[in-house]
Order: sequence, then structure tokens, then C-alpha cells
Amino acid sequence: MKLNINKQLIIGLVSVILGLAAGAVLMFLTGNSPYEGYSNLFRGGLMNIERIGNTLATATPLIFTGLSVAFAFKTGLFNIGASGQMLFGGLCATAVGLTFDLPRFLLLSAMIIAAMIGGGLWAVIPGYLKARFNVHEVVSTIMMNWISYWVIYYTVPAWFKGEFLETESKKIPDLASLKTGWLTSLFNGSFINLGIFLALAAVVIIWIILNKTVIGFELKAAGYNRFSAEYAGMNVNRNIVLSMVIAGSLAGIGGATYYVGYASNIQIGVLPTMGFDGIAVALLGGNSPWGVLAGSVFFGILHSGKGFMNAMTSIPPEIGDTIIATIIYFAATSVMIEKAINSLLLKIRGEK
Amino acid sequence: MDFVVEMLNIRKEFPGIVANDDISINLRKGEIHALLGENGAGKSTLMSILFGLYKPDQGIIKVRGEEVNINNPNQANDLGIGMVHQHFKLVHNFTITENIILGIEPKQGLTLNLKSAAKKITDLSLKYKLNVDPNAIIENVSVGMQQRVEILKMLYRDAEVLIFDEPTAVLTPQEILELIKIMKNLTEEGKSILLITHKLKEIKAAADRCTVIRRGKVIGTVNVSDKSKAELAEMMVGRKVSFRVDKKEQDPGETVLNLKNLTVMSNHGVPGLKDFSLSVRSGEIVGIAGVDGNGQTEIVEAVTGLRKTVSGSIILNNRDISDYSIRDRILSGIAHIPEDRQRRGLVLDYSVEENMVLEIYNKPPFSRRGFLNTGEIRKHADKIIRDFDVRTGEGAVTPTRSLSGGNQQKAIVGREVDHNPDLLIAVQPTRGLDVGSIEYIHKRLIEQRDSGKAVLLVSLELDEVLDLSDRIAIINHGELVGIVNASETNENEVGLMMTGEKKGENP
Amino acid sequence: MWSIISQIFPYAVAFTVPLLITALGGLFSERSGVVNIGLEGLMVVGSFAGAYVISSLYPVMGEGAVWAGLAAAMAAGAVFSLLHAFASINLNANQVISGTAINMIAGALTVFIARNVTGSGNIHIISGLTRFDVPLLNKIPLLGKLFFSQTYFSTWLVLLILLLSWFAIYKTAFGLRLRACGEHPHAADAAGVNVYFIRYIGVTISGAFAGLGGAIILVTYSGEFNGSVAGLGFLALASLIFGQWKPLGILGATFFFGFASTLANVSQVVPALSAIPGIILKVFPYVVTLLALILFSKSSQAPKAAGEPFDHGKK
Repeated sequence: MKLNINKQLIIGLVSVILGLAAGAVLMFLTGNSPYEGYSNLFRGGLMNIERIGNTLATATPLIFTGLSVAFAFKTGLFNIGASGQMLFGGLCATAVGLTFDLPRFLLLSAMIIAAMIGGGLWAVIPGYLKARFNVHEVVSTIMMNWISYWVIYYTVPAWFKGEFLETESKKIPDLASLKTGWLTSLFNGSFINLGIFLALAAVVIIWIILNKTVIGFELKAAGYNRFSAEYAGMNVNRNIVLSMVIAGSLAGIGGATYYVGYASNIQIGVLPTMGFDGIAVALLGGNSPWGVLAGSVFFGILHSGKGFMNAMTSIPPEIGDTIIATIIYFAATSVMIEKAINSLLLKIRGEK
Repeated sequence: MDFVVEMLNIRKEFPGIVANDDISINLRKGEIHALLGENGAGKSTLMSILFGLYKPDQGIIKVRGEEVNINNPNQANDLGIGMVHQHFKLVHNFTITENIILGIEPKQGLTLNLKSAAKKITDLSLKYKLNVDPNAIIENVSVGMQQRVEILKMLYRDAEVLIFDEPTAVLTPQEILELIKIMKNLTEEGKSILLITHKLKEIKAAADRCTVIRRGKVIGTVNVSDKSKAELAEMMVGRKVSFRVDKKEQDPGETVLNLKNLTVMSNHGVPGLKDFSLSVRSGEIVGIAGVDGNGQTEIVEAVTGLRKTVSGSIILNNRDISDYSIRDRILSGIAHIPEDRQRRGLVLDYSVEENMVLEIYNKPPFSRRGFLNTGEIRKHADKIIRDFDVRTGEGAVTPTRSLSGGNQQKAIVGREVDHNPDLLIAVQPTRGLDVGSIEYIHKRLIEQRDSGKAVLLVSLELDEVLDLSDRIAIINHGELVGIVNASETNENEVGLMMTGEKKGENP
Repeated sequence: MWSIISQIFPYAVAFTVPLLITALGGLFSERSGVVNIGLEGLMVVGSFAGAYVISSLYPVMGEGAVWAGLAAAMAAGAVFSLLHAFASINLNANQVISGTAINMIAGALTVFIARNVTGSGNIHIISGLTRFDVPLLNKIPLLGKLFFSQTYFSTWLVLLILLLSWFAIYKTAFGLRLRACGEHPHAADAAGVNVYFIRYIGVTISGAFAGLGGAIILVTYSGEFNGSVAGLGFLALASLIFGQWKPLGILGATFFFGFASTLANVSQVVPALSAIPGIILKVFPYVVTLLALILFSKSSQAPKAAGEPFDHGKK
């Protein structure tokens, strides 16, 4: 068992190294110095307290979508719809924030709950379709992503139109933002917000659910082998729906931490990439909550450092996304890495 | 003597196991040569080597006297070697013709020439009396027909040597007779056949010679007519095998399970079980005998709650449990050793201890207020491992996947028996196990009966049903043909009833 | 009503064609047994390659650059799809994850290169395809106006590919093998078909077709590469499902979706249509696909082995 975790960790690290290497090659091919590129990329993500704050703020929604994907994975479901759930959760939080006039604590709580319900609602449909009709959740969550995309596309201009642009919602009032004075000033005015605490709490809670509880035992059993779970008297269909709802709720809260935390309004016509980055984070972290946390912070550095790198060098910021995408590819093809590790282990043992 | 195929001194190792150890066999032209051995003895590996699926570590293969290298099935086909796989390799929504020509399609310009292919298939079908309609779609034809399509596939490719891998596992008794007839037709036309099986009866009925393999080694090649079934069995297992299971006189008590006029749908949306009634009393084993797919799955799944019933009722200890959920049935006293231990019985990615509480994790002392109690779970697993002699690498935390089939099965039997059920349903409890494990599990089942449990045994191995059961219910096409006392019947009678003939109907 | 339809029709067709060719690509991939949700990314790659080649060659070749661009888009899509093929076929990767990675790499990498080339991340093309009337046929009453007026050459090309695809899948030995690999690869393998090779072909065709689809968007109605095809790749995937993995079904599905999307786009300006909220028309294809999935859940024509890695060693 111990060996498994280590192997998982090595696979993650090797994927990261390969991804960074691919980035270096790209930088080199486009006539830039990889050393300069990477040193600026990491400086951009970590060089001062403000940038560290931004890195954490960027990581926050990723932690949620990563947990969402990882949780679903653990229970045998592939949630490729975190983007749509996040977007809809964000819309719900924004709607509550723009509509109600409540004391701050109540308002923020209501917004988070709204986001959770929104995200959960968006996932309950694929969950139900899977449980009742055996419709594959990959396809249905993809469809739900685009339904979410168009719902936001039409809802925002119709009800929450921004002051200046048709393509974004009104700014939420400061009172309704997850950004909070002491935290912002602690991190020298960065985007960091209360979401990071929610995210850390979520990591712990999801870890407990998966490893210590009866529900976690059931959900994982259904994930590993639906037929044995059924045989053992577990209500597999209910568990599928429950698992999707939990995954969707996580993504929904992630939406709140992004749209009313990191940002203060919703753009239309954009499907947030964090839903897909969440797949990467989950893969890298071996679907464990702590792994997701580590992976998210790493991606947070890449995302928040790429702007700085672009300003200091002539490397386009898309290098960050390219690296992330490449890491996913390598993580997906981990069989290759695993084989290499295995043959290496065999060699070491053989020499003993 | 000319040999069509010779395999000389074949050795094949897999990590941790020598599957074939210096094996030599030869096949004469026009003979049926059986390869006999227990599960895991190395028969399939040997045939996979001949068919080009594996490369041997050592040894040579000669075909018609010439040494050859067979690296893939295509080369095997080119040498005239064809294989009828145990699991048919047919595309369900293709026609028979399309399945047969796949890979060597006759063309007319750019397009497929299906007409000429269908003609050739019809001719072959007539020649070997296979009675195959080239235009039928695979999913609409019977299993026996599908097997004939597999045979035709080989004949279409001009195979001279045909390997049959456990061909009778899926067939009805009549289909088995028909298959043996077909095999004899084939050898009369000059084909040679290698028959992989662990069924002595079929070897006696079909084969000319037989090579026995045990733990990767050849025990001997014999003329089938020179050896009795018992002698062959002894060669296969390595010691005298008693075909009788020792058990006490039956002492049945109250009726535990009572099935009344049960009708259940099959997976194909037609009734798979029709108006079926049966009762099982405490202290007896009732066996269900029938050819695979004649309603066994429907009975088991209806009783355990995995499948809905259309009509009729299921009474357990005088309570109607027809509408109970699976969990409630478990709580009411039903334990179930499922047919497929890896698909149903275990979560292979869970540790042994997690699997041992698969049905009771949510009950005290294994959990409290929604949280698992790992200490109690460990203790529970340790007890079952000890009591049922489950051989694990690292005890309770061993990944279940790493257990051998026999030990996985013992773990399941231990778990289910530990629930102290009123009714124990055992489905194919010894499938794929070695003789030692089979005997152990048989002993445990009889122990359950002797301690006053009701046991419902479903098995496709007729011998197992005959040996263990007190009463035998025979089913055919989802209907009860009759119930006989095990002590008053024999294989012939039950076998005949499995084909649907009622007792006494036929002199 | 008639006038609205005949007005909208050319737009609907223009919108349908890239969907159709991309979905046809997906058909080859899935029929061979590889699920390809990377179609979106492959379209982006095609759009990028097309834009890059056309904008560089236009000064030299003039109109001919458009054709070179379309060819380059197909080639680029095919090459890029090899990443997915390698992961899915040789490495037994999860095909959904690999496809997602393809989408992400395509979106990021093409913009990255475009920025290096143009500085802005967008590539504008000066010239695309021009519409033309099919001589004689456009004089047929009603039909002539609908089908043979103001057409793009790419439309006829894609329809020809549709016809050839149908022929290839159902009438040739290649098609028989392709379908066998998607339904029961072990059966194909046992019959001596090289499953790996057939799947490579299937995925590569999907890459080439999706690349062409991306480039057709560019040369017909968009005119610039901007790193995205706005979900059309996923809409193609939906069409594949709604069309139940059959060429003619796909034709129907893509046209249906193309028409609905076009209605949504023009509903603001056409008074007769403003009664239908745009959101409904836009969401319609996805909802319909979900409904189709429910409806066909018992009798789906999806290739049985699509998404399952094939391992020759396992029997």
C-alpha cells in the first residue's frame, strides 16, 4: 500500500517534470531562454507576499474543482462537468449577492450555500441519468457544461447586466465579496480571499468522508465495483446521485470562490478552464484530497506567474496553459511512466 | 507415424510461475487428441503458444514435420492451425458471413463480395453438416450455432488442425452430443483436433488419445480406450479422487425458503423463469440442475433481490420478502455466495478486511454514528481468515486482488457463513478452483447443512449437484421439470430431465 | 415563413458543414473503438493551421492559398490526433482524459504560437471561400434556390466525403474491419485484423476531418483564428450521438443542430423569430442529445468497445 502511494507520487512528479521540459523546449524553439522563462514564472508566482496571495487565490477554485473530480473518480464517476457546475454555482452566488441585502456573515453564507446548491443541482441531472438510464456521465456532463454556458450567456445580460459591458455581470458589492480587509492587507492587496479557508476545510472534510465514514466506504465500493456494491445491499443508484451531487456542490463552491472571491463579476461566453484543470489536479494528486491541494497550489503558481513572465520576457502567457495541458497528457499516459518505474524497481531489486 | 503437429520440450514461464515445464505432445492426422488438466494446469498456455499468442521460452514446434516459428495467430492460420475459443470471438451485430470473412474478405473491385462468400459458407456447411444460415445475425442465433460459426471460420480458412478450448462449457447436453458428432465428421474428412477440457466424460466420448497435464508438466499420453475415468482423474489430480462426498443422513426441519409460482424476466426481456415453485427446508441441500442459461440466474437473483419478480412470491421463514430490498433480505437471514466472485462477491481493490464487512460495515460494532471502527473491522477479518484458512500475504490488510482464486472463494464463504444465515445460496461455489479447494468448500457446505441451515446450491457441474444435494430440482427453459431425491436418481435421469423430458415420460 | 427559411438556409448550411465533417471524423474514430472528445481541440488546430498557411501564402499564391490552407488544416489535425491515438491505443490511457488533454493543449499551444507569429494571438485571413451558384441546377424551382444558390465549394466537398464515408464504412473490407474493431476488437484480432493499425487510421481520419472542419469555419464565416471554436467540437460529438453513429443520422443531426443554432443567432434581427428566446434555441441541441441518450439508453447503437483500451495480450 505504501509503495502504491509512493508510486503515485513519483508518477505525478515525473508528469510535472515532463510537462516543464516540454515547456522548456517550446520556449527554446521560440527563441527564448527557458531558464529566464522559468525563473520569471516562479518569481511571478512566489516572489513576494502579494504574489503568494495571488497564487493561493488562483489555487482556491482549482482545489474545489480538483476535489470535485477526484471525489467523483473515487466513486467511479468521471465528472468532466466541473466547469459547468462551477459556472452555474458562481451565477447563483452572484445572484444572491446582487439581490439580497443582509448582514455580511449571513449574506456570504447564503451565497456559498446558493453556489453549493447550484453546483449540486447541475450535477444531479447527470447523476440521475446515470443511475436511472445508465447514460454515461462523461457525455451528459459535457452537455451540461454547454447548457450552463448558454444559460449564463443569456441570463447575465437579461438580469444582472454590468454597468459598462453587455458581456459581464454587475460588480458585486464589497460586502458580498469573499475578499476581506484583513486578509487582503495581510497579503499586501492580493486577490486572496476567504475561499482559501473554505478550500482547506473542504480538503479535510473530503478526506474524512472518503477514509473514515460509512458513506465513504459505500461510495468507494460502488466506484471500484458497482456490482459487488449492489450485491452487498448498498443502494448503488442513490450513491451515484449522491456522489455526483457532492462533486457538483464542490465545483459550485469553487465557482463562488472564483466569481465572488477572486473576481467580482461573471463574464459571459467563457467556460472556466478550472473545470478541466481540475481533472489535471485530480490526476496529479492521485485522487487524494491532499494530492489535490498540492497540485492546485502548483498550478496556481503557473497561472499567477505567467503574467509576470510575459511582462519580463517575450514569452506568451499561454505557455502556462500549455505546460498544464501537457502535464495532463503525461499523467494520462502514466502507464508509460509506471512501466519505466517498474523496470527500474526490478533492476534495483535484481542488483540487491 | 506422421504427426501433423509436434510440440517438443516446451517451456513457458510467467513471473512467479512455470506454466509449461518441458511439455511435449504430438497430434496424429485425423485424430481427436484431448488435453486434460485442472484449471491452471497449463493447457491454455500450451495452446496459446501453438496458436501464436505467446512465445515459448524454450522448445520447438513442428508442423507436418517441419520446424516452425509461430509469432501470431495469422501465422498459425497460414500453417493451417485454427482455434475455436472458449469465449466466442464474434461481432454481435454482424451477419454470420461477415464474421467468417472478417480479416480475409473477398473483394470485387473496391467492394466486399458477400455473395461469393455466402456461397462458399453454404457449401462448407453442407459438407460438414453444420446447418448454418450465412445471412443470420449473430445475436439472433443460439450459442450452439455461434460455436458452429467459429468452426466454420476455421474451415473457411482451410484449417487442417482445429483447437477446441473447453468447447462444451456453454452447451446443452444435446448440443454437446451434436458437437462430438461434428468433431468426428471433421476427423473423417481428414482434419485433426486438439481438445482442451477438464471433463472426463467428454474425453471418453470423443477423444482417441489424451495427454494429461498437471502443474505445467506432462503426466502421460494414453489411449483413451485403455484407461478408465477414475484412472484419468487420478492422473489429472495426482492422487486418488473419491467421487463421493461423505455426508450424514438428512434430517430436514421446517421450510425456510418457499418460492411460489415465481415468474422472472431474463436480460432479454422475455420470461427467464416461469411459474417456478420450490421449497428448501432447514438441514437440507437443494441443488438446481440445468444447462447454463435455463433460469438459474433468474432464481438466484430473484431470491437475493438483485432482480425484480414479475409475479409469484418469495417466502422466507413464513414472511413474504418479495418486496424487500437486497439489504433487508440479507438482514432477514439470506447469505449468498455469488457465481462470479470477482464481479459480484468482492471489491478487488479493497483490502481483505474491508471485504469481510462488505455487507455489515454500517452496523455496530463496525461503525458508530457514521464513522468506521477500524479496530473491530480488523478483528472480524482476522477471525474469518483464521477460521476458514484464507491464505493471505499480509493478513487482513492484503489487497484482495492479490489472493488466489481459491482463497478469494474461501474468504467469501467465510464471510457469508459468518453471518449465520438461515438460508445459504451457493452458486457455482467451486468454479475454477483446484481439487483441494473444491473438497474444502464442499465440506463446509455440508457442515452448514448439518448445522441446520437451508442450502440452495446452483451449479453447472452436474456431478457437484449430485454429490452434495439431498434433493435436486431440474430446470429447463426457465421451467421446473421435476424434483428428485438425490439418493434415488442418477446422472442419466437428471441429464435427460435437463433436456426437458419429464420423469417417466420416456421409457 | 418561406422567405425567412430561404434567407436563413445558406447560413444554416454554412454552420452545418463544419459540424458535419467533424462529426464524421468522430464517427471513424468511435467506430474503430476510440472515443475522441478532443474533436474541439483538433478543430482549433485545423483553424490555426489553415489561418497560418493562408495568411502566409496569400501574398504569393492569391486565392490558391485557401486550398493550401484547407489541406494544411487536414494534415495538422491528422498529425495532432496522433497524440491521442498514441495515448489511447498504445498506452491504454483513459481516452476521455487524453481527449481533454488534446483540447487543452490545442487551445493553449496554438495561441502560444500565434502570439509568437503575429503578436496578438489572433490570425486574420484576407480571403476565404466565395459563394457561388451551381449552374443550371440553381434554376430548379424551390430546391434550386435552397440547395444550389450561394453555395460554398466546401459544402460540396464535405457532402462528397459523407458519401464516400458511407461507402467506406458499409461496403468495403476496411469498413468491415473498422466496425469490428469498434464492436469486438478481440474478434477482429482473432481474425487476423491489426486492431492497433485500424484504430490509428480511425483516429487519424477524425483528426484530419476535424481539422478540415475548423478550417472551413475559418474560410467560410469566421475569417479569423482566435484560439477557439466555441464548443462546436462538442456539438459535433452531440451530433454523433444523436445521429446514433450512422453517416446519414449524423447528416440529419448536424443539420438539425445547425439550423437551430442559426435560428438562435438571427432571432434578434428577424422579427418573426424574436418570439422564441435565444436561450432555448442555443440550449436545444444539448438538451435534445440528453433526451436522445435517455431514449436510446436501451437500444443504443454506440460501438460496444468504444472507449475500451485493447490489449492484444489479454484474451
